[in-house]
Amino acid sequence: MEFGLVELSRLQFASTALFHFLFVPLTLGLSIIVAIMETVYVMTGRPIWRQMTKFWGTLFGINFVLGVATGITMEFQFGMNWSYYSHYVGDIFGAPLAIEGLMAFFLEATFVGLFFFGWDKLSRTAHLVVAWLVAIGSNFSALWILIANGWMQNPVGAEFNPDTMRMEMTNFFEVVFNEVAQAKFVHTVSAGYVTASVFVLGVSAWYLLKGRHTELARRSIAVASAFGLAAALSVVVLGDESGYSASHTQKMKLAAIEAMWETHDAPAPFTLIGFPDKEARETHYAIEIPYVMGLIGTRSLTEEIPGIDQLVAESKDKVRSGIIAYDALMTIRSERDATPPEVRATFEEHSEDLGYALLLKRYVDDPRDATEAQIQLAADDTVPGVWPIFWAFRIMVGLGFSFIAVMAFFFYRASFKGMQFPRWALRLGVIIIPTPWIAAELGWFVAEFGRQPWTVDGILPTALSASNLSITDLLITLTGFVVFYTVLFIVEMGLMLKYIKKGPYMDVEETDTWMERHSHRLRTHDGQGPFAETPAE
Amino acid sequence: MILHDLISFDILRVIWWALLGVLLIGFALTDGFDLGVGALLPFVGKSDTERRVIINTIGPVWEGNQVWFILGGGAIFAAWPPLYAVSFSGFYLAMFLVLAALILRPVGFKYRSKRESATWRTTWDWALFVGGAVPALIFGVAVGNVLQGVPFYLTPDMLMPMYEGNSIMKLLGLLNPYALLAGVVSLSMLLMHGSAWLGLKTEGVIADRARRIGSIAGIVAALSYALAGLWLAFGIEGYQIVGEVVKDGPSNPLFSEVVRGGSWMDAYAIRPWIAVAPIMGFVGIALAVMGLRAGREVSTLLWSKLAIFGIISSVGLTMFPFILPSTVDPSSSLTVWDSSSSHLTLFVMLVCAVIFMPLILAYTSWVYKVLWGKVAEDDVTQNSQSY
Repeated sequence: MEFGLVELSRLQFASTALFHFLFVPLTLGLSIIVAIMETVYVMTGRPIWRQMTKFWGTLFGINFVLGVATGITMEFQFGMNWSYYSHYVGDIFGAPLAIEGLMAFFLEATFVGLFFFGWDKLSRTAHLVVAWLVAIGSNFSALWILIANGWMQNPVGAEFNPDTMRMEMTNFFEVVFNEVAQAKFVHTVSAGYVTASVFVLGVSAWYLLKGRHTELARRSIAVASAFGLAAALSVVVLGDESGYSASHTQKMKLAAIEAMWETHDAPAPFTLIGFPDKEARETHYAIEIPYVMGLIGTRSLTEEIPGIDQLVAESKDKVRSGIIAYDALMTIRSERDATPPEVRATFEEHSEDLGYALLLKRYVDDPRDATEAQIQLAADDTVPGVWPIFWAFRIMVGLGFSFIAVMAFFFYRASFKGMQFPRWALRLGVIIIPTPWIAAELGWFVAEFGRQPWTVDGILPTALSASNLSITDLLITLTGFVVFYTVLFIVEMGLMLKYIKKGPYMDVEETDTWMERHSHRLRTHDGQGPFAETPAE
Repeated sequence: MILHDLISFDILRVIWWALLGVLLIGFALTDGFDLGVGALLPFVGKSDTERRVIINTIGPVWEGNQVWFILGGGAIFAAWPPLYAVSFSGFYLAMFLVLAALILRPVGFKYRSKRESATWRTTWDWALFVGGAVPALIFGVAVGNVLQGVPFYLTPDMLMPMYEGNSIMKLLGLLNPYALLAGVVSLSMLLMHGSAWLGLKTEGVIADRARRIGSIAGIVAALSYALAGLWLAFGIEGYQIVGEVVKDGPSNPLFSEVVRGGSWMDAYAIRPWIAVAPIMGFVGIALAVMGLRAGREVSTLLWSKLAIFGIISSVGLTMFPFILPSTVDPSSSLTVWDSSSSHLTLFVMLVCAVIFMPLILAYTSWVYKVLWGKVAEDDVTQNSQSY
C-alpha cells in the first residue's frame, strides 16, 4: 500500500462522518420536540401549538435533508475506502446497517414527506401519528448504527473463520445486546436531544430578546428546557456507563483518556487537568482528585485500573501469541482439510490474538519474520494519541455538566416563575447554541480516535483495513467532498438563518376559526387573551 | 443458534441472490421515476411554476424511494460482503460521481423553492438534472462493466481485493463502448419511467411534453437493449466454473476454479424459461410506449414497471451464478456459491427481511394512497409547505 493512503482514507472518513454528525443530533432531538408540540396541539386544539409544530418542523426539514444527503456517503464509504475491513467484518458489521435500513430509515424517510405534504390530506390524529413515526424512525436509526459501531469497540458474538479469512457471526443477540452499544445508544440519542433543546432554546431566546414571536418562544423554551434537562442528565449518566464498560472492554482507551501511565493502587485518582506527555510517559502539572477514577471506572474501592505501561507490556505478549496464531493460520490455509489437528488446536488457542500479529503488517510482510524491535513497535502502536483524547474528553464532560445547569435554570424559570427569563440568561442561551455540537463531535473523536490503532478493537488494525486505492484517487475525492460539503454547509446555514429571521408562518384562517369557536373561554388567568403579546423583558 | 439450520446454506444463498435483485428492482421501480423526473425537469418544465409542479409530484415520496438504494447498499454489505468490498472500491471514482449526484437531489428538492431568486432556482434545476441523469447513466455503465468482467483479483494469503490500473485511467476504462451502451439502456428506460409517472401525476402541457419525450425514450430503450443483447451474444466471452460446483462451501472465491469460455447467452440454452425476462422487457416497453401515445395513465406506469423488472432481472438470470466476474484472474470471480455471508448471518437477515418487507410495502402503499391524485399549479402555489 502506498504511504499516506491510510492516513488520507482516515482523514476522509473522519471528515465526512463528523460532517454527517453536524445534522444527525438535531434530527434526533428536533423530531421528538416537534412531535411533542404537535401532541399538545392535537390534545388542546390551540393554533399556537400548530404554528410551533410547523415552524420548528420547517427548520427540522432544512436540517434533515443534509443529514440524509451526507448519510448516503456513509452507507457506501466502507466499501469504497475500507474494502478489507468490509471483507473482514462485513458478516457482522453489515447486518445492523441493513437492519437500520429495513426497520428505521425506511420508516422515517417514507413518512417525512407526508409530514410536510400531509397537513391538508390527513386528519389531525393521523398527521400526529406520522410525526411520531418520523421521530421513532430517526431514533431507531441511531440504535442500529450504534450497534454496528459498538461492535467495533467491543467485538462480541463473532469468531474468526480460517476458510473464509474473516470474522463471522456466532451469536446475533450478543451483537445486538452488546453492553457498549446499548450504553452508547442512549448516550448518543440523549446528546441529540440536548443539542435540539439548546437549539430551540437559543433561537427562542433570540426572539425574546428581540421581542418577536414571544408566545411561540416562551412555550418553545418550556418544552425545550424540560426535555433538555432530562436529556442532559441522561447524557451524563450514560456517559458514565460508557466509561464503566470501557474499564473492562477497552482498557487502553480508558487509560489514554485519563492519561494513566502507570497502574495506580486502587482506587485510582482522577486527573482533573494536566498536560499528558507521551514521550516522557507522564502528565505534567496534573491536578488530581483522589479515589474518583477508581470509583467511576470500576465502581469498587479495591479493583485496579491498569495503566498504559502495563497494557503495552500485555500487548507485547499478545503480539507474540498472535504470531503463533498467524503461523498456524497459514498452515491451515495451505493444507486446508489435511491440516494436522494439533495445528488447528494451536490456532484455536491463540486465534483471539491474531489481530495483534496483523499490527506487524505495517512493518513486515510476514509477521513471522518480525524482529524484536518490530514487535516492540507494534506493541507501542496500541497506545492512541493521549493528549488529544485527554483534552477532548474533558471539554466534552465540562460542556455536558454545563448543559444540566443551563437547562435546570430555564426549566425552573419556565415552571415556577411564569416563563419570565432574565436578559442575561437569554443572551447566554443564544451564545451557547454551537456548544452541543462541539461536545458531540468531541465525543465521537474520543470514541474513534481512542480506538486506534484498530478499526475493530483487538481484531483488525486500521492500517490493514483500507482499500488499495491510489493517492490520486483519495486526493480527488477528499478535495471533492471538502469543497462540495462546504458549499452545502453555507447554503444550509443561509437557509436556516433566513427561516429563523422570517419567523413562524401564521395560518390566519385557522386561527380565526379557532378564536371564534373558543371565544367563551378566551381569557387566561392574567385576564389577557391567549394571543396578546406579552411585553418584552 | 440452531434455528438457522432450518434452511440450508445453498438455498439461503439463492434466496439472498433473489432478494438482491428485489432490492435493485425496487429501487429502479420507485426511485427510478424520481431519477427520470429529475433528468426530464429542465426539458419538460419551461416556467418556474411548471417546474415546481414537476418537483412536487415526487416531493413527498422520493425520500422513501431512495431508501431502496440505501437498503440495497446495506443488504449487499450484510449478505454479500465480498461483493460490497470489491465492487465499490473497484468502481471508486464512478461511485464518487454517483454519490455526489445523489447528494444534490435531497438538497435540490428541499432548498430550490426556499428562495425567490431566479438564478438560485435555475441552478438547483440543473443540479436536479445532474442528480437524476448521472446516476441513471452510471448504474447502466456499471452493469455493462460487470457483464464484461472487472480487473480485480484477491490475494491468495489474505483475500485482499486488488485492482489493475490507476485511478483516472480506471474510471475512463469503465466508460468503454459496451458499458456506455448499457448506460443508454438504463438512462432511456428511466426517462420512460419518469415520463410515465409525470403522465399520471400531471395534466395539460406538462403531461404532453413528458409523454412525447417518454415515447422516444422508450423506443431508444428497446433498440439499445436489443443491441446490447446481440453484442453480449456475439462479442463478449462468458465465464464458467470448472469441475464440481460446491454450493454450500465456505465463502472463499479462490476455492473454485473459473475459466472464460462460451457465451453468457448459453444460460438460455440451459434454462430456457429465463427468456421470460427479456420478453417482459420488450413487451413492457412496447405497451408503455403505446400507453404514453394514447395518454393512458395507470396502466402505462405499470407496463413501464414490467419493462424495468424484465430488463434488470434478465441481467441477473443471464449471469447466474456469477455476480462479479474478474478479467485478470477468473478464479477470483465472485459467484452466488462463494461470496455470501455466513449461514447464520444470511438466516438472521432473512428473518428481518420477512418481518419488515411486508410492513414497508404496506405503509409505503398507504402513503401513495394518501397522496393519490394529480398535482396542479394551484396546489403548488397556495401551499406553504410545497417545494
